[in-house]
Amino acid sequence: MDKPAILTVEKLRVSFDHNVILSDLSFTVSRGGTVAIIGPNGAGKTALFRSLIGSIPHKGSVTWAPGVRIGYVPQKLGIDRNLSVTLRDFLSFKRSILHLPELVIPEVLRYVHLGEDKLNVPLGGLSGGDLQRALVALALIGNPDVLLFDEPTAGVDLPGEERIYHTLHELQDRYGITLIFISHDLNLVYRYADTVICLNRSLVCFGSPEETLNEDVLDKLYGSKIHHHLHQHE
Amino acid sequence: MNDQVLQILSLGLMSLVAAASGLIGVFALTRRMTLAADAISHIALPGIGIALLLKIDPVIGAAVMLVAGAFVVWALEKKTKISTEAVIGILFTASLAIGSIIIPVEEDLLDALFGEAAIFNSLELALGIPLAIIIIFLVLKYKDKFTLSFISPDIARTSGLSVSKLDLLYLLLFVGTIVLGLKFLGALLMGSLIIVPAAVSRNIARSFSSDLLISLLVAVFSAFVGFVVAAHYGIATGPAIIMVAAGLFFVSVFFSE
Repeated sequence: MDKPAILTVEKLRVSFDHNVILSDLSFTVSRGGTVAIIGPNGAGKTALFRSLIGSIPHKGSVTWAPGVRIGYVPQKLGIDRNLSVTLRDFLSFKRSILHLPELVIPEVLRYVHLGEDKLNVPLGGLSGGDLQRALVALALIGNPDVLLFDEPTAGVDLPGEERIYHTLHELQDRYGITLIFISHDLNLVYRYADTVICLNRSLVCFGSPEETLNEDVLDKLYGSKIHHHLHQHE
Repeated sequence: MNDQVLQILSLGLMSLVAAASGLIGVFALTRRMTLAADAISHIALPGIGIALLLKIDPVIGAAVMLVAGAFVVWALEKKTKISTEAVIGILFTASLAIGSIIIPVEEDLLDALFGEAAIFNSLELALGIPLAIIIIFLVLKYKDKFTLSFISPDIARTSGLSVSKLDLLYLLLFVGTIVLGLKFLGALLMGSLIIVPAAVSRNIARSFSSDLLISLLVAVFSAFVGFVVAAHYGIATGPAIIMVAAGLFFVSVFFSE
């Protein structure tokens, strides 16, 4: 790899109550790269993200390059539907915590193509796609060097999903942000990722999607039913 | 201090405590700790009982137990959520049981459970008023950090916040508010002055700042009207306050979207 590493993971191991979620996971992410993490349900993808940001205990080491700012986009928010927090409130919390001026809010909304008319809508009133854009907008406040994007499994339609990846790709081209995303759609992985990490509680493959995603690997990950799905996309 | 000054200052302290409760409650709902919030005040009872046995001010015993309780809840919540709910439920009902056994005089037990006449003495006023103001100040100072970390601890962490410290600070402010309200609401009802106004506000508010303001006003209004009604009809202050707040909740349901 020519570019310097922004993240180095060595011998990562995560377990809950003697149940091993991830074991012996080592990989490196270079600055400005686009890394997709794929794997079946329960493969430990979200657990990997949460250990990368230090929110769950783990063994082994997770080393970010010095001074790296992380923007984290969770799969969903654990909020009640009638929560009073509006989109404006939500974005303002992070803006005020980082002591940034008001104008960052219209700026990040523009990045994610979300209208300012949504600012007074409570979070629970946003559609799945708009909430996802809102989460990306929040993550972009404070100019992160790396964006961790956990793809939602529900609430966003396929065109909406495409649009958000297109937006992320644009941001990456413009600002050189490193993008690490969890995806359930191999089509998106082929289109946007330069590196893919296949996960099934441990590392199944690592490399460029074209070189690494062969039938053997996909069999190991998902079983045989995925092939039909792959051909459809191709 | 003559009686009238004492009465006015007591009403002032009660309004401040209600304001703090209203604010604290909004975050308790965001943190989804409604049940724990209502039950955590019960942990004061064994403290009150021990203090009465040792012949010291019951509020001191309650405060020690509540602060200890805040640390227990904080430590438990660092583990899994499901087991916390169960442990909190057991811990708090056990506290209720222990408290009712060791508080010897029935009248003391009733006061501890439902509060007594809302007239504070000079020492309580001198300690209570500054403490209530400090709690209100800290809640407002940390409101953005609390909310972001309660909505998504993971986003809060990547925004540079120490979620665990914020949790502890919030729980301490929470039990501080309970200590202040024990005298006029008692261990059974104080949790309600935190939860009910916030629930009223949740039905009406359309933004976070209006949520805080409405919850605060509902709590202060309930305390004030409850106090006046109780004094006028010679009934207990605590239950009167909660009746007003509960009445407002039922009205607010019609405004809910």
